[in-house]
Parts: sequence; structure tokens; C-alpha cells
Amino acid sequence: MNREGRHIISVLLENESGALSRVAGLFSMRGYNIESLTVAPTNDPTLSRTTLVTRGDDRTIEQITKQLNKLVDVVRLTDLTEASHVEREMMLIKVRATGVDREEVKRLTDIFRSKIIDVTDSSYIIELTGDSEKLDAFMASVGDDNILEVVRSGVTGIARGDKGLKV
Amino acid sequence: MELSGGEIIIQALKDEGVEYLFGYPGGAVLHIYDAVFRQNDVKHILVRHEQGATHMADGYSRATGKPGVVLVTSGPGATNAVTGIATAHLDSIPLVVITGQVTSKYIGTDAFQEVDAIGCTRPCVKHNFMVQSVEDIAPVLRKAFYVATTGRPGPVVVDIPKDFTAPNVKIPYAYPKEVSMRSYNPVAGGHSGQVRKALDLLLAARRPVIYTGGGVLMGEASAELRDLAGTLGYPLTSTLMGLGAYPSSGEHFIGMLGMHGTYEANMAMHQADVVLAVGARFDDRVTGETDQFCPSAKIIHIDIDPASISKTITAHVPIVGDVKKVLTSMNELIASDERRVDAGELKAWWDQVNEWRGVNSLGYDSSDDVIKPQYVIQKLWEVTGGDAYVTSDVGQHQMWAAQYYGFDEPRRWINSGGLGTMGFGLPSALGVKLAHPDADVACITGEASVQMCLQELSTASQYNLPVKVINLNNRYLGMVRQWQEFQYNGRYSNSYVDALPDFVKLAESYGHVGMKIEKPADVEGALREALAAKNRLVFMDFITDETENVYPMIEAGKGHHQMRLHPNYGAAV
Repeated sequence: MNREGRHIISVLLENESGALSRVAGLFSMRGYNIESLTVAPTNDPTLSRTTLVTRGDDRTIEQITKQLNKLVDVVRLTDLTEASHVEREMMLIKVRATGVDREEVKRLTDIFRSKIIDVTDSSYIIELTGDSEKLDAFMASVGDDNILEVVRSGVTGIARGDKGLKV
Repeated sequence: MELSGGEIIIQALKDEGVEYLFGYPGGAVLHIYDAVFRQNDVKHILVRHEQGATHMADGYSRATGKPGVVLVTSGPGATNAVTGIATAHLDSIPLVVITGQVTSKYIGTDAFQEVDAIGCTRPCVKHNFMVQSVEDIAPVLRKAFYVATTGRPGPVVVDIPKDFTAPNVKIPYAYPKEVSMRSYNPVAGGHSGQVRKALDLLLAARRPVIYTGGGVLMGEASAELRDLAGTLGYPLTSTLMGLGAYPSSGEHFIGMLGMHGTYEANMAMHQADVVLAVGARFDDRVTGETDQFCPSAKIIHIDIDPASISKTITAHVPIVGDVKKVLTSMNELIASDERRVDAGELKAWWDQVNEWRGVNSLGYDSSDDVIKPQYVIQKLWEVTGGDAYVTSDVGQHQMWAAQYYGFDEPRRWINSGGLGTMGFGLPSALGVKLAHPDADVACITGEASVQMCLQELSTASQYNLPVKVINLNNRYLGMVRQWQEFQYNGRYSNSYVDALPDFVKLAESYGHVGMKIEKPADVEGALREALAAKNRLVFMDFITDETENVYPMIEAGKGHHQMRLHPNYGAAV
């Protein structure tokens, strides 16, 4: 068996009620791993774009893509990790910002090229975009004790070059 | 033509050429039933339980190749149908199941008889649709039939809220002629390069085996398979689901393979150097322990469903396509190809296969005192000239039917192979009888399985469906008992069926003929008498040997070459 790898699968899905639950149901029903799932309509309002992050060996990933393709609501899909691509995740993080930490958090925010988007006497909300590792690194730098709340969007991605995943 | 939603449903079924609608009324489908009442083209069969409706439609479909159609109400109507839908799903049987739903404004309020039918059936359908408006009904039904019957077939559920079927809202009716779905494009012919690669392997093989499955029947490719097998002259084995695609009496047939397949079929698979899998899916009951499966074979796999290929067993030459089209192009290419397998090598391979066949792995001890179940099936085969439609339930009797009733034609053997649904046999036999009223239809069952959908004896009375029920009554859940004997030191936990009914009286109470047969000498006469009673359902209660086991057998964790044989047969191996 070959190594388990991380894969980002982008799916164009009919924007119909129940379509997303078919995708999510497939993963739980067949015991596939799912790390994150994002979904939103595209420029074509009849289509949704779903991005799934999963882990598995080549054989499992092949089955996942085949089983996804078999769903009647799936129009098209691609495994972004098979070729050059860009991936991003967005995080909103609320951190404690009092005393000396207040200045330190501001410095960290600049270093990570992120933005403070809300301020109170004792906290900041910071908006941070990047790959998942960058978000992890920021949280580690701030430290668990200073984190009040975290919300992450899950990974989205797109292939490099002039070809697009579209109908 | 202006029609209400309920009328549109029935008119759409007419336009699809539907003969029979299997169903059971209830609150959410009353408008539809009113439309059923006001016409005679689509004949409604009133079942006694919604599970029975799905199995009847399923049996009808398996025997004809046409989709089976079911109508049930919301809530319990839908949930009762789920077992039958799942049964059809695992065996790729095209069904269109219409479920009523509560009025749209009450959806999500836990209304009376409300269940999320779309959610309940999602894991066991090919696809399902929630109708959103009256205008939606005709196009959605057209899509439902299209999806159910094309590609790898399967059941499709259409959930329709009651208000969309109301008589007071009428809209112009037009049934769509064409269907186009950008997200659903079933494949057709196989890739020609792959077909050539397959031929290179096949024509250079030294120990080839053709392994066929239910896909050959679903794809109506029996004639093409027979041509191919005739040209190549290779040993051919079939899964439980594929029996009859190639004749059991055919010269190249080496029996069923898998857990209760023949010794020669499993040994041939184990020793093969090239395996041509046609419309089969390498199910665990076929492969045994996958690590030991076909250790030296290159595998060519033809299947219409890409997800079936390399799912459990890696295919060296995958061919995605319609089996009929792929086999046709294979036959054409072989005809213009001068290469042939060396006759001497092929003969040596056949000599080996015949040596395995000499073990007589289906041998059993006959008896003058107690009825052997295998004997009943062999006699049924004789009495019906091997030409009956045979349905079965699930367990030992199912395996014996597969082993001892030699099916020579497609769509004659009808059983729940994938899901293994006890209760399937009787209702599916009724569906088959509706499709083929002049044919002999036998349901081979056991005293446990038959009681799971016994209520359909009443449906059989109402519509005069004279099937023959062959009840192999061993007072046990036989297959469970067998596993308990082999693997649990004979601790027969809950496998004895206590307090059985008097099946003769029971059959009679429904207006049928009941027979109890206790001696081997009476078996043949009883079968002849029952089959001669053309217009009567005959329930034949055969009291059989309760200790009989199904042999041969691949036990858990074993490979094809490690079969457990009957203690009195195959000892020489």
C-alpha cells in the first residue's frame, strides 16, 4: 500500500437541495476521511463549487473520485493536488490584547501580513488568509492562552494556468 | 391536455409504457390513487406490505428487463419500502419508487406520517428526487426512468408532496421526449485500445478463465458472451447473480464460483494466469480472502461502472463500457485476428480443470428416509425441464437452488444476491408471474425466509398468481445453523425456529393448495401434481434433513484453493 497523502478535491455540483448532503453522506457511508469541506455558489448560479480536503492512499483517492463522479448531482471534479495549484484558507481569530501582549499581537499581525478588523479595550479580531500551515503557525505564535475564539473557512483552491474547472 | 398532478403521474407512467404499478394507498397519495381509479391502462397491484411491493416490482424487472414501478405513501409507507429499495440497489435493478410526502407547507414540522424519505433512501438509491411543484412532476419522472434504466441501473425514488397532486390545480401536460442531464452521461462503448490490450492478454493465455456476473444479464449481452466463449473455448464460471447468461449445460461452464462455488471453478480461478471478468464486481462472497485471490492472474475487467473497477481487486486491463458493446467489439476483433491459444496448452488446462471436476464437489449423500434438500431441487429441475423461472429467499436453500437448478437462459434465476434479503422470494415470484403468466414460476424458500413476507399469499389470491412455493423446511435458520456448527462448536444460538405454523392449513386459509411432503419417494409425484395444477398457487412444505450443510465452502479468511469439501466427497484432494 502506498503512502497516505493529502488531497484537495474540487467539485462542481448542481446547486440543488440535497446535493451537498449526497457528497457528505458518501464520505461517511464509505468511511472516507474528510478534513474540511467548503461550498458556495459560483458565477453560474445553477452550480456550486465544493472543495474537499481528504487523506488516503492512491487507491482510496481513486475510489473517492470515482464514487463522487458517480453521484448524479456531480457535474465535474478535479484533484487539485495532482498538478500545480493555489490553496487558501481564511481565519477569523479573536485574541486577548491587554498589557504588553497588546503590542506583541499587533506586531505578529503585521509579520503574518494579516489585518486587525475589530478592536476592543481587551481584544482584537484578526483576519488572516493563507495556506493551512500559515494559519496553524499564527495560532501557535499567539498561544492558546491568548486565543478567545477561532473560526476557519476550510480550504479552497484553484489550479494554476489558463484552464478552468467549468461546464 | 390539462391535468392535475395526480393525473400527470399516471399519464407519465402510461407514456413510459408501464404495465403494472405495485403499491399501497395512504393519506399522502390519495389524490394519486384517485387518478389510478379513473383509468385501466396501468394496472395496480395492491400488496399487503410495502416491502412486498418493492420486491414484486423488482422480480418483474429482473424477469423482463423493464423498470419496476412502486407507489407508496409517506412515513411508514416509505420506510417499509426501504428494504426493497436497498435490495434493488445492491443488485443494480431499475426501479422507480414514488413516495407520497406530506403537504409542502408541513414539511419539517414532524407532521403526521412525515419522514424524510429523501434522507432515508439516499444511501440505497442510484438517485432520488424531491418534486418542488406540479410543473416539476412530468420532467422529474422522465429523468427518474432515464436514470434508473441507463448506465449501471438502479432504484430511483421520487418524493411528491400531497398538495402538488391535488385535483383542483390543472396544468397543460406534455411528457418530455428527450432527457439531457449535464451531470449524468452514462458511458457507452469501451476504449478500443483497451479492448486490444485485453485481446493480447487473452490470446496469449495458458490458463485462462472467463468470470461473468449479473452485468451480462443487465446488459442483455448473453448472446455475445456465448459467442465469445464458443470462439475462445475457455473455462467459464459465473457469480450467483450471473447464472443463466451462459448455459449451465454449456460445454465450457465449470459452475458457480465463490463461497459456495464448485471446487473446479475456484481452483481454476486460483491457478489462472488470465481472468476475463465481465460485468462482475469482485464481491467478497466471490473473492474469499482478497490477499489470496487469483495470485498469478492478469485481470481484465469489463464493467459499465468505473467505480466497480479496481475497488477491491486491481484490474490490469480495465475496460469501462456497456458489456454488450464491448463484447461485440471483442468478437469482431477476434474474428479478424489469426492468433489463437495453442490447442495443446488449452487442452492441458482443460485436463487440469476436469481433474478438479472429478472431485464431484456437489456430491451429497442420498437417503431413502429423509428428504435431502438438494434432491428436491434436482427433481424440480427435471419436472420443469429446467425451464422455470426460479426465485429464492436467502440462506442454504438459495445456495442449493443456485448449485442444483441448472439455469440455461438469462433472467430465469431471481434472487437477492447483494443485500441478501430474506422475504424476497415470495413477492418477487408474484412479480415474475405477472410478467410471464404462462411460465412455470417457482419460489424456492425456507420456513424462516418465507415468513418474512408471508402476507403476500393474500395478494397472490386476489390477483390469481399461481406460483409454486417450494418450502425446504428444516426447522432451522439453516445457514446460521451451519456457521454455528462450523465456527461456534455447535452452539445453536437462536437458530432453531420454534412454533412453526401448519403451512398446509395456512396456505388453505388464503385459498391456496397446501401439501406436506415427508418422504423422498413422494417428492417427484408431489412436484408433478403441483405443477399440473396450472391455476393454483401450491405451497409445498418439504420436511427436509435438518443436518444438511451447503458444500463446498470457502470459510472466512480462506482463499479459493482452501475449500472445505463435503466429508464424503473430495477426500482424495
